[in-house]
Amino acid sequence: MDTSSGIQEPFDLIRLSLSEKVFVKLRGDRELTGVLHAYDGHMNLILSDVEETIMLVEQVEGGPEGQTTVNVAKRKMNMLFVRGDGVILVSPPSRT
Amino acid sequence: MLIFSVFKTLTDQTVTVELKNDLSITGVLKSVDQFLNIRLDSIKILDEARHPHMMAVKNCFIRGSVVRYVQLPADHVDTQLLEDATRREAANGKR
Repeated sequence: MDTSSGIQEPFDLIRLSLSEKVFVKLRGDRELTGVLHAYDGHMNLILSDVEETIMLVEQVEGGPEGQTTVNVAKRKMNMLFVRGDGVILVSPPSRT
Repeated sequence: MLIFSVFKTLTDQTVTVELKNDLSITGVLKSVDQFLNIRLDSIKILDEARHPHMMAVKNCFIRGSVVRYVQLPADHVDTQLLEDATRREAANGKR
């Protein structure tokens, strides 16, 4: 038991990230950064000041098989509920 | 249960639901259940040109599992209350 940091199980890491800026990786080549306000056991999340990054991977036309270009689309949202089944990982803010 | 309660407090507010097939629907949240199924009234499709078959639809029931995001009205969400409720639920071990 690590009592100094209060981390005993995986969800504690998310709990300690409440009201902090977090990075969320989602299915479908999407990533979010935003302030975490709520979560539950399904990893449903509620974030504010969210910036979403969508990676659009496309096959290069006429190019060799597997050669792809990555286009990045970004958008901002004020208050967002994220359904837990799309979540791959939640990372606490880098402490720099 | 926590998120369900949040959605209940947001009934009669306007929300934008983004589905996993990239369809975005704005409408008035009429009701929600424990599976986060959602009923919307007076709906509007964001990209009507891409989804012309939705033009005649005025209200709908959305299965919770096809939802990717719901954009909420920020001024109706008490973030401090949310964080406290989340900590309480985590402490209860009831997730």
